[in-house]
Amino acid sequence: MKPLGIVPGGWVKPQGQKRVPRKVQSCREEGILLSLLFYKMLGILNRPIVVTADINLNFVALAGMGLLSRLWRLTYPRAVVFDEVYYGQYISFYMKRIFFLDGSGPPLGHMLLALGGYLGGFDGNFLWNRIGAEYSNNVPVWSLRLLPALSGAFSVPMAYQIVSELSFSHCAAMGAALLILIENALITQSRLILLESVLIFCNLLAVLSYLKFSNSQKHSPFSLSWWFWLILTGVACSCAVGIKYTGVFTYLLLLSVAAVQAWHVIGDQTLSSVCVFCHLVARAVALLVIPVIMYLLFFYVHLILLYRSGPHDQIMSSAFQASLEGGLARITQGQPLEVAYGSQVTLRNVFGKPMPCWLHSHQNTYPMIYENGRGSSHQQQVTCYPFKDVNNWWIVKDPGRHQLVVNNPLKPVRHGDIVQLVHGLTTRFLNTHDVAAPVSPHSQEVSCYIDYNISMPVQNLWRLDIINRETDTDIWKTILSEVRFVHVNTSAILKWRMLTLKSDDSEHKYSSTPLEWVTLDTNIIYWLHPRTSAQIHLLGNLVIWASASLATLVYVLLFCWYLLRRRRNVCDLPEDCWLRWVLAGSLCGGGWAVNYLPFFLMEKTLFLYHYLPALTFQIILLPVVMQHVRDHLCRSQLQRNVFSALIVAWYSTACHVFNTLRPLTYGDKSLSASELKALRWKDSWDILIRKH
Amino acid sequence: MLCATGPLLATGAETTLPAQPRVRGSALRCRRRELHFPGDPELPFCDFLAWRLTRPSVPPGRRATLRRGRMPPVVGGGLAGSELRPRRGRCVPPAARAAGRAAAAEDAARSPKRPAGGSRRFEVAGGWALLALVTLLSFATRFYRLDQPPHICWDETHFGKMGSYYINRTFFFDVHPPLGKFCAFLGSWLIPFAYLTVWELSKSFPAALVTAALLIFDTGCLTLSQYILLDPILMFFIMAAMLSMVKYNSCADRPFSAPWWFWLSLTGISLAAAIGVKFVGLFIILQVGLNTISELWHLFGDLSLSLVTVGKHLTARVLCLIALPLALYTATFAVHFMVLNKSGPGDGFFSSAFQARLSGNNLHNASFPEHLAYGSVITVKNLRMASGYLHSHRHLYPEGIGARQQQVTTYLHKDYNNLWIIKKHNTNSDPLDPSLPVEFVRHGDIIRLEHKETSRNLHSHYHEAPLTRKHYQVTGYGINGTGDSNDFWRIEVVNRKFGNRIKVLRSRIRLIHLVTGCVLGSSGKSLPKWGWEQLEVTCTPFLKETLNSIWNVEDHFNPKLPNISLDVLKPSFPEILLESHMVMIRGNNGLKPKDSDFTSKPWHWPINYQGLRFSGINDTDFRVYLLGNPVVWWLNLLSIVLYLLLGGIITFALQRGVHLPAEVEGLSQVLLRGGGQVLLGWMLHYFPFFLMGRILYFHHYFPAMLFSCMLTGILWDTLLRLCAWCLASSSLARGIHAVGILSLLLGTAYSFYLFHPLAYGMVGPSAQSPQSPMAGLRWLESWDF
Repeated sequence: MKPLGIVPGGWVKPQGQKRVPRKVQSCREEGILLSLLFYKMLGILNRPIVVTADINLNFVALAGMGLLSRLWRLTYPRAVVFDEVYYGQYISFYMKRIFFLDGSGPPLGHMLLALGGYLGGFDGNFLWNRIGAEYSNNVPVWSLRLLPALSGAFSVPMAYQIVSELSFSHCAAMGAALLILIENALITQSRLILLESVLIFCNLLAVLSYLKFSNSQKHSPFSLSWWFWLILTGVACSCAVGIKYTGVFTYLLLLSVAAVQAWHVIGDQTLSSVCVFCHLVARAVALLVIPVIMYLLFFYVHLILLYRSGPHDQIMSSAFQASLEGGLARITQGQPLEVAYGSQVTLRNVFGKPMPCWLHSHQNTYPMIYENGRGSSHQQQVTCYPFKDVNNWWIVKDPGRHQLVVNNPLKPVRHGDIVQLVHGLTTRFLNTHDVAAPVSPHSQEVSCYIDYNISMPVQNLWRLDIINRETDTDIWKTILSEVRFVHVNTSAILKWRMLTLKSDDSEHKYSSTPLEWVTLDTNIIYWLHPRTSAQIHLLGNLVIWASASLATLVYVLLFCWYLLRRRRNVCDLPEDCWLRWVLAGSLCGGGWAVNYLPFFLMEKTLFLYHYLPALTFQIILLPVVMQHVRDHLCRSQLQRNVFSALIVAWYSTACHVFNTLRPLTYGDKSLSASELKALRWKDSWDILIRKH
Repeated sequence: MLCATGPLLATGAETTLPAQPRVRGSALRCRRRELHFPGDPELPFCDFLAWRLTRPSVPPGRRATLRRGRMPPVVGGGLAGSELRPRRGRCVPPAARAAGRAAAAEDAARSPKRPAGGSRRFEVAGGWALLALVTLLSFATRFYRLDQPPHICWDETHFGKMGSYYINRTFFFDVHPPLGKFCAFLGSWLIPFAYLTVWELSKSFPAALVTAALLIFDTGCLTLSQYILLDPILMFFIMAAMLSMVKYNSCADRPFSAPWWFWLSLTGISLAAAIGVKFVGLFIILQVGLNTISELWHLFGDLSLSLVTVGKHLTARVLCLIALPLALYTATFAVHFMVLNKSGPGDGFFSSAFQARLSGNNLHNASFPEHLAYGSVITVKNLRMASGYLHSHRHLYPEGIGARQQQVTTYLHKDYNNLWIIKKHNTNSDPLDPSLPVEFVRHGDIIRLEHKETSRNLHSHYHEAPLTRKHYQVTGYGINGTGDSNDFWRIEVVNRKFGNRIKVLRSRIRLIHLVTGCVLGSSGKSLPKWGWEQLEVTCTPFLKETLNSIWNVEDHFNPKLPNISLDVLKPSFPEILLESHMVMIRGNNGLKPKDSDFTSKPWHWPINYQGLRFSGINDTDFRVYLLGNPVVWWLNLLSIVLYLLLGGIITFALQRGVHLPAEVEGLSQVLLRGGGQVLLGWMLHYFPFFLMGRILYFHHYFPAMLFSCMLTGILWDTLLRLCAWCLASSSLARGIHAVGILSLLLGTAYSFYLFHPLAYGMVGPSAQSPQSPMAGLRWLESWDF
């Protein structure tokens, strides 16, 4: 019997796996390795393939409980809950294949949610406009919510796996999983069409596969399972980044842990240089190259899927828009490539900051005198308008001719030609003169002249300057050419700038600051039943939050204490125990830190759910610290027993809290006003109470 | 350098070198050494220098001994100049000291003493002479044409805003001539400091010399030093801190000795001064902190030291690096507050309590009616620091921004337009009518606030606020106090401590709009030009309790009530300190970039992408353009890359357990330790700017640039020595180091000759036109001089 190299997850362990011969481990040369691999493959052909699996019932039970807690009455409430309104519109775009680009995140998350919709046969016909709106019958709520729920459910056994891979006891591992299981905030978040639970799943998967990889590093480098877990780490990391950009924090953490371990590999002088080189290349490929490729792949798939024109087209370049079905392509179909005198054109700003816009003019004139007392020419306004409009059309006129129509034969406009631009609807010439512009007084005002007698001479000649020309006689081409208009009289460059009022969403009714998260001083109301007072809140299990924060603190203090004592050559812990303790801290404690601390620097609107990835890591650290305290700080058996009893009592309290807050998590029960008031444990919590 | 004073030197030499006078052997020995170390790269150059310095007086024999004395530095690699150490040497790292001793012992065993001593003296003299030369050059370049241009340069409006916070800044700008000299004076010291720091880190004169040359011949540093800005002062203290840190590190073998204490406390003092000048001084504090932590960590791990000793070390550092700077820093503020105890235009930035200590302010020794009554004329101040008074004026909101009604803002300065009359919501009768009894305002009352100057009521409605989304607009509405129900506000006292009445200054109140249920608040954002850049006032529907929506009553006039002296407002010093810091931080953060040509991005800086116009725009003007000498800057950039490469290779090799030859080992130690120290400085002074949201200027890079120059000096010296070592067999080896260093020096000097008009001023057409004196020097499109 030969082992199958790939071990899909820790719960199925191949039996009787023959150790790879020792000489491979020293991995003198790659050649030996390859030939061995080949030999192994031949072995597979020679012998019957037998798979023996032992199933960890703990694991199965945890997965079952996870599924039960996350999938129970998943379609309730059959209404748009909180940010479903936001993700839902993108799902509809996917269903209708309409192009969009979500500025706040990469596309994988939306794509996965849309996959649920696709499998459930969603046609995308639903107006996502209001939180609390009932879903119509064509919306497959169950399958839309299934993916986040599954991710949430499998995070539970995943926590178990992580703690056991950190080589802590099964009790600790069970503890971690059970804590994740009864964390109300995680349950709420994973039962809706939201992305946090998927992100958490990917984070945990990345950490788990890295741990599996580094554990197999010790005894069987370059085995199939080693490769499998290494590559899975990279893939999970790229998925995390692809779902939300905050996934990058976990990725960076794993990269730095991997870098430290690789540094030890470099320092291992029993390995040959070639072997070290192979190790480094393998890591670089799996942890750097694969994620980048995957990330690009997400966008590739996104663009392949979405080929129809839609409301988000304008943020892309004209060339891209022309490639969309029904977009600019429809307009540009058959339109001449070269611009000639008499052509009617729209002029779009290339860089498009803050948003792309078209040169525009309309009947209104500049005010005679601005608020700050400066005067203007009181001529027709020229603006940059971010929407398509008939007022965006201009005619390119040859200054030497009077007619506006295209002359025959065509006279194409070339680089360096002098042109006039006539506004299509008002037939005024684009003009500039030495009058301060309305908002940027350093620049000249651009206007369309109504009346030339008004006090200023006509200055409406513009020289065409094609920036991306190949030769100096290039013809102005539609879409492709980037042009500048240089004013002939003053050699000023036509610059049109969008000035919008700064829009900032720094405040939201339920936004919060990172400091409020640790102590759970804030909550978010997700949904309220239209008639009863049943409601869904994002509200954590207070006992777990508090003890997890406490555990983190204890970890840090103990770590510093041990570190200082080790420096003075006092080793309280045996070496392997210390390494385990450090690894657990750097992955779980570090995972908390990297997923939490950067939010202090962020200026965007923050919500409580941004804390959930950090919280998950913190919860996994909790049983680790507990086991450590029990094993190393409790001196006598009696103390240990007392401590265990305390843990059981504490866990039952956590369960009790979970149960108490359950109506707010699932929103299934309508509570009376007094019951709701009783649930308002903190003054800063918002709980809705209906006035009858 | 200072620990190597004359007498000390002499005694050191005597103690470490027992007298073995044998004059004749010197020339012979010299040859032997030469044979032994054929690839002595430093030799020719140092010879050259020493020769130049000593030529008139030194006879040929002496010169030979001099030559001998110069050799070991190369051999010792990083411990170059180990010969020097026993003499300089009270402040030497233990290893170096040991090596020095060994060398000295070897010396003593086979060499005559007197010539050795003589050579050393020359060497020392050479070192001092080099230092003197460097200092002289730096002073010369900095003071040359200092009085031009005679007018105030660069755009001060940008500083002007900050100027009111940094009150000392204002007099910097007023007092031009003496201060200009002072700045140039401080700026000149940067170069000797850098020279000494590099020498201390690398023990190599060429490295120090290259650094000094880079700095002397950098037009950017020069320009910055010649003008009255805070940067030369800041850079002076940063370098002083760096130098004294390096010095006390090298005294580590003799802890608690006098020089050790001296340098340690000098570090602390420089740190306090650096942060006192500008908050950018924080980065050097960070660097010293990191260095101290790693040092303590080493001491802590040294099991030969008892915990008590480690504790002493810790206490010494806490005293000198934390307590001392903190005391100095607070002392400067104490002085600042004591000197500036008069009221001024900046009062409004501070809280009522703060103002009460400023004489001339109306809150100083003030007496007001204590409780608010109907008919009182009041000013209402937002509790958020630097947020100002509730204010209104005759101007309307412009079209398209909410309803076209009178603007309501917060304003930081005292003004008649800050006065409001508190009235009952339902009657318009004059409450000051003497026939009516006094009626106090109570918690929960529905009131109207009438603007005294314009007789409009404070009003809000369901229009969006001008800047903050989802908030409601606040306006002044109504004629002669008659408006509508949208003018009604409920007054609430937060944390009621004083009963139901509302106390002047002490009650924290909220105003809740009756119709919409929103709370009056200041968003802290500046309105555009139409709002005179005052701060926006909104009515926020989010009832979270933040300082933005809490107000207090500051001035209070009511003829019907007796005035009571309010002696409640005596803030303690820590409170003042904290508040002024909050105001400063807010002021700094408030400097958000606007559309201006001066703003630059941090990535522009190291590549010298764009300069800064200091003065003059037109062709005929006397123009000064702040731009680094491109040769220097691009060399720095290259050096950083090379350093990372070389450092990476060496670290990798060490980790792989490669045994380096002794010379390379020494050089790599210098590179990793000394270079690492400096690289850390560069990173700490550069990378944080990427995270800053405030407006940034090119000159923010200069502290980092100092470190970058030091890195360049260390890198090239080490690199050339390494090259020389590699080529040890060929005859090229001897020259390569000297030629390399010389070409660096001459190259920078020549580039300075090319670019010096940037700093000393240019007249004539700009560089695009061929007639310009700077024609052909506009190497990048983005430079506009």
